[in-house]
Amino acid sequence: MDEMYNDIIMEHGMNSYNKKKLDTCDFCEKGHNPNCGDDITIEVKLDGDIIEDMAFTGYGCAISQASTSVMVDTLKGKNIKEAKEIIKTFIEMIKREITDEKELEKLEDAIAFRNVSNMPARVKCALLAWHTMEDLLEKNGK
Amino acid sequence: MNVEEIKKDFPIFDDKDIVYLDSGATSQRPKYVLDEIQKYYNNKNANPHRGAYSLSVESTEEYENTRKRIAKFINARYPEEIIFSKNASESLNLIAYSYGLNNVKKDDEVVISIMEHHSNLVPWQFVARKTESKLKYMYINDEYELTKEEIESKITDKTKIVGITHVSNVLGTINNIKEIIKYAHKKGAVVIVDASQSIPHMKIDVQELDADFLVFSGHKMFAPLGLGILYGKKEILNKMDPFLMGGDMIEYVYEQETTFAPLPNKFEAGTQNVGGVVGLGAAMDYIEKIGYDEIERMEKELVRYARKELSKLDFLELYMTPNEENHSAVISFNIKGVHPHDVASILDSDGVCVRSGNHCAQPLLRFMGIDSTCRASFSIYNTKEDVDRLVSSLRKVYDMFKGFVKK
Repeated sequence: MDEMYNDIIMEHGMNSYNKKKLDTCDFCEKGHNPNCGDDITIEVKLDGDIIEDMAFTGYGCAISQASTSVMVDTLKGKNIKEAKEIIKTFIEMIKREITDEKELEKLEDAIAFRNVSNMPARVKCALLAWHTMEDLLEKNGK
Repeated sequence: MNVEEIKKDFPIFDDKDIVYLDSGATSQRPKYVLDEIQKYYNNKNANPHRGAYSLSVESTEEYENTRKRIAKFINARYPEEIIFSKNASESLNLIAYSYGLNNVKKDDEVVISIMEHHSNLVPWQFVARKTESKLKYMYINDEYELTKEEIESKITDKTKIVGITHVSNVLGTINNIKEIIKYAHKKGAVVIVDASQSIPHMKIDVQELDADFLVFSGHKMFAPLGLGILYGKKEILNKMDPFLMGGDMIEYVYEQETTFAPLPNKFEAGTQNVGGVVGLGAAMDYIEKIGYDEIERMEKELVRYARKELSKLDFLELYMTPNEENHSAVISFNIKGVHPHDVASILDSDGVCVRSGNHCAQPLLRFMGIDSTCRASFSIYNTKEDVDRLVSSLRKVYDMFKGFVKK
């Protein structure tokens, strides 16, 4: 459990520098888990194909907030294709469909959420942001 | 009775070192109940009310004798005032559909309290919408209680139905339902009592309360999952249409019309959960063996201890009435600045099981200005040591988070 609530998760989960509104944004998407009340909005600013800036607002548990914040760090600067691959890999890591270290490398800090796969009750907390980002890209034809 | 002895009756604690503080969601079951269910399936299982052979007759007897047993347990006048359903939610839906839709008219009012579980709230929104009536709420005061003034200002001559929980599943507040019923009757309203959170802890006497309807589930009172009870006054039930239709609830079925069976079968369509009914009978035996007086004495003492110990933690927000005598066996709390799901996960790693979330009471939490809480709910098998383990685990959570919580 102490492994789960590690420094990355505590810092991003409790006081994230990514938790703000962007001055301008191209797309935004709301995600929520009605059962637990977690509610986030993700904002994205694109420069052509590149995710130039990202931020989020909303509330939820430390795991869902941290997961959102770390996702922002991870996806910022990536192109859409790379972002989609990272999202897919993250979701598969949490669902224990990928365990290969090499494949997980592209997740950077987001690998800190690996242990959530041992906590079935919290899987949906960790996945909220990533599913929301998936929806955002899909809805906007990306 | 001593709590250690009682705990031994519950096999789940044999090889699990857990502090189970979620009996408000579902209780554990004593071995006696599990054995009685097994005996039924081993020796008496058949479809009741169907066969002419003796095994089916035995099954029918088990089923109908338990109905009598429940009637006696809550002091109903007639066994046919007891209707079996699959849970308290279904019992409430039955009332909403069969009574509510037919007896509430345009511009009438339905009054419920803000502390209702969604199951005694969403059906009334549906009834209000369908009948173009108004759904009104009785709100709690700063002490998490309903005042006489609030009750009397909301229940009026226009009120046709009052829905009220006996004990709040979030706050543990015990409502003075006897007074509410008396006042509602004076105004000509029918009262539905949700006793799901009270019947595991206190004696219910439907005649003394003069409740028109009263519902509860078996699984919160040591019986198996999947069985709900609806009590209704016979004269009201008799006038109501059936809710679910099908086998065993009919008299004669023609191609275009049907006559329905008398009470209670009119409301019991399809093959019933006889094993569950037998389990509930056994659970009532178990409760009576200990005795409600003893249950209340032990639980009051435990809750008093929990209130005292939790109140010492200055990092906790507690959502409970200051009036101990109005407080049942549920305590909701938050660690300031920490989300309840994080708290519950870390408590879980110490073997402490608490519920976290909105407890199927979103309007109440919104009214209180919060999204969710942690909830510890107690039962007869909980010890003071359980409370101590909760407290020490909460301290650990606070220590983990205190450096990160925004002031």
